[in-house]
Amino acid sequence: MRRHTHTPRRTTLVAVAAAASMFVLAACGGNGGGSGDASALPSDSLNPSVDLKTQSLVVSNWAAYMPDDLPANFQKEVGPKVTVTTHATNEEIVAKLTAGTDSGIDVAFVSGQYAQALAAQGLLEPIHADLIPNLANLYPEATKLPYDIGNKYSVPYSWGTTGLCYRSDKLSFTPDSWNDLLSPRPELVGKTTMLATERWLMLPAQKSLGFSANTTDPAQMDQVKAKLIATKPTLLAYDDTTFYDRLVSGEALMVEAWDGWCNYGIAKDKNIKFVVPKEGSDLWADTMVILKTSKNKEAAHALINYILGAKVQSWVVENILYKVPNKAAMDLVAPALEVDYPNLAFTPTDLLKQEGLVDLGDAGPMYTKIATEVTAS
Amino acid sequence: MTSADLVPGRGASRRRARVERVVFLGPGIGYLIAFMAIPVLLILSLTIFKRGRFGGVVYQPTIENFIRAFDPIYLSVLGNSLVIASITTVLALALGYPTAYGIAKLAPKWRTIALIAVVLPFWTNFLIRTYAWIVLLNSEGPINKSLVGAGLIHQPLELLYTRGAVVAGLLYAYIPLMILPLYASIERLDPQLREAAANLGASPWRTFRDVTLPLTLPGAIIGSIFVFVPSMGNFIIPELLGGGKTVMVGNLIRDQFLKARDWPFGAVLALALIMFLVALFALQSWVTRRLNGGGRT
Amino acid sequence: MTRIGWLRLPLTLTYVFLYVPVVVLVIMSFNASKSPFSWGGVSTHWYAVLAGDQNVLKGLGNTLVVAAGATVLSVALGTLIAVGLQRHSNSSFLDSFALAPAIVPDIVLGIGLLVFLSLISVTLGLHSVLLAHVVFGMAFVAAVVRARLSQTDPSLEEASRDLGAGQVATFFRITVPSIMPAIIAGALLVFTLSLDEFVIAFFTDGPSTPTLPIVIYSMVRFGVTPEINALASLLMLVSFTAVLAAQRLTRLTDSV
Repeated sequence: MRRHTHTPRRTTLVAVAAAASMFVLAACGGNGGGSGDASALPSDSLNPSVDLKTQSLVVSNWAAYMPDDLPANFQKEVGPKVTVTTHATNEEIVAKLTAGTDSGIDVAFVSGQYAQALAAQGLLEPIHADLIPNLANLYPEATKLPYDIGNKYSVPYSWGTTGLCYRSDKLSFTPDSWNDLLSPRPELVGKTTMLATERWLMLPAQKSLGFSANTTDPAQMDQVKAKLIATKPTLLAYDDTTFYDRLVSGEALMVEAWDGWCNYGIAKDKNIKFVVPKEGSDLWADTMVILKTSKNKEAAHALINYILGAKVQSWVVENILYKVPNKAAMDLVAPALEVDYPNLAFTPTDLLKQEGLVDLGDAGPMYTKIATEVTAS
Repeated sequence: MTSADLVPGRGASRRRARVERVVFLGPGIGYLIAFMAIPVLLILSLTIFKRGRFGGVVYQPTIENFIRAFDPIYLSVLGNSLVIASITTVLALALGYPTAYGIAKLAPKWRTIALIAVVLPFWTNFLIRTYAWIVLLNSEGPINKSLVGAGLIHQPLELLYTRGAVVAGLLYAYIPLMILPLYASIERLDPQLREAAANLGASPWRTFRDVTLPLTLPGAIIGSIFVFVPSMGNFIIPELLGGGKTVMVGNLIRDQFLKARDWPFGAVLALALIMFLVALFALQSWVTRRLNGGGRT
Repeated sequence: MTRIGWLRLPLTLTYVFLYVPVVVLVIMSFNASKSPFSWGGVSTHWYAVLAGDQNVLKGLGNTLVVAAGATVLSVALGTLIAVGLQRHSNSSFLDSFALAPAIVPDIVLGIGLLVFLSLISVTLGLHSVLLAHVVFGMAFVAAVVRARLSQTDPSLEEASRDLGAGQVATFFRITVPSIMPAIIAGALLVFTLSLDEFVIAFFTDGPSTPTLPIVIYSMVRFGVTPEINALASLLMLVSFTAVLAAQRLTRLTDSV
């Protein structure tokens, strides 16, 4: 009796789902495995002489990553009204941009390898260089970032590397190798943290073993996994967000850290120092991208151009303590700041010696699985 | 048996029963079909497709995702989550039951206040509440400092970044989900029933076992589900209080959707979790209906 | 009735457990340092920052709209479905279906709703967050109310109908009062969960109406400041005062 009354309902649901998934298929068809080459040519629909005052923009960014008064100033000086919305992580904003047909977002801030993945799925508008004269402010090295050589889909906003951030007053030695983290001396056992985000979780072991930070070789990744599992018992924690506070309080004495974040520790305690291990490290970049669904692409280009002006990007250096790939902006920064925060003085040449992160393609799920195996071990 | 028998015409009463069913169940079930079942099935229908090279979905059928799910790592994470969520649930029940009982015994005018006081800490933000726990538990924190200061311990205890911290964090996050449903069913208890039992010579324990417990069981079961399920799914507490060294089922599914951008495999893991929990609930619903001697008649 | 005897112990324990982190949170709101973890001296700086922070205050407004709306709708739909399941259905499948939103992983519901709403071309905004929160809110209300109903004797409702009261009158005069504590408990749950919900809100919200959790989580990368502690402290102060005032008023009018 019961079974009879329920079967039709279940069948209906399955039918609805099947029908709906066909819709998805139709809507997303071609997005999936596409190389995105078809969209590599700039569309000619952009009108450089459009009245920018008639356009408005929605920008998605991390909170506090650009000046609060930027929207107001941009509107006053250039015309378009800007609404800023925020996201917490690359992963979330990419999922949101991928799932919806039109997010309403015109410009998004994402890290380089995520810009690459979005571009490969055909979601990004190619950058029209002629609409962004301030691209000339960028260092020549800023066009050689491997996730998007020539900045075809993305414009870099900031860049940096990853290393060891440590309490020079509490260590009996000066660390200079990833092995100081992976096989810590007794004084450091239980006093170190590693980053939890999978690319940076893998990085120390990859570099220590002499592999690429973008390796997709399963045999190499097996070795990386073994090394990380061996390290786990010596760690205080895997920590992406509070590690510099742990360092300041003395609970941790050495942490794997992004250069800019180590600066937040240095700001509180001058005994904190940053070093890029001798085995080498990564080169990361945060970028600005324009969504293909944007109906205000001219204004979007104008905004990127505005941000690339020396004023905004030097604000990033002074307030976020990140390096920017913008020569005009770096030239504005007071030399005293580079004395307080030595890693701000890294040159583009120094950075380009590190390995630029790119999207892992089909190896992405393998990294996620290994990260699970390590942290759950 | 019921009023229906007194109403002339069986057809009319059956029609009325059908109308009642539609009136009561229609809006909710309809809503859930539109805004839960269809969206969720849209995602679950991805289980049979492939991940695109850069994320996204390629619509070529495959069963590979299901095979991947049988990797021992996922089972071990499920097992680990079960243990942690179960411990949390048992503790929540042990603390929540007497608390709900106590609130129900307060003078009526205080009950609502006591109830609101249970949820009030949660009208803040999850992140900063968790940060407050970090402040409390870390080796330089007030708990350790006062213990050392009192001479009870010499070395700070390792409280933060342990499984214990994860359980404490989960218990804190979800205890209201235990207390509120329990209160709703305990408040109903007729004190005369207990008195009657006591007058008949039942010991307090027997009164509790034979009268109170069966009557409050539905609330306890619902509260336990409410604590158990989100405990398995939480990922921020293991990350911030557990130092990222404990992985829960929630991390797994989220990681597939967000980090790996492997929606088909994420859908498989989600489907597995849903089926596991549905089986658990079907069992619960069957047991409850047994205890109540069936729903309507 | 007020003899709670030994129950004082677990009650005290629970409230201490609930409020110790709150005390820490409030103390940290007066922190001069930028971090919600490490103490840097006393200051009311973050209250001033909060007063001038349009993003956070707008987020709070958005969140309250969603939470209030989701609570009302969830209570209505959840109560109906609970009565329906208890009195007019004998199906374990429907039982599980009504509880399902509580067990579907939030990320699946969030992304699924985003895909679905995009397919049917619904513009995202607070209305879609509200709609999404009702999905799980309804399930929580339904479950709490059912747990209560399962102990309520249906004979009273039958008697009412035998005496000629209509369905509607019986529902509102007999059924609803008998399950009122469950409705209150359910409403409190939904309101509380909706206020703090992040994942589903992130995926179903439009770009110009961020809710408070969306605003706060996006601060994680460059540091959540004690400003959020200040906000939380004020929120608790306001709600506590409101609750006490309401308590006073009901006592004055003597309506219980």
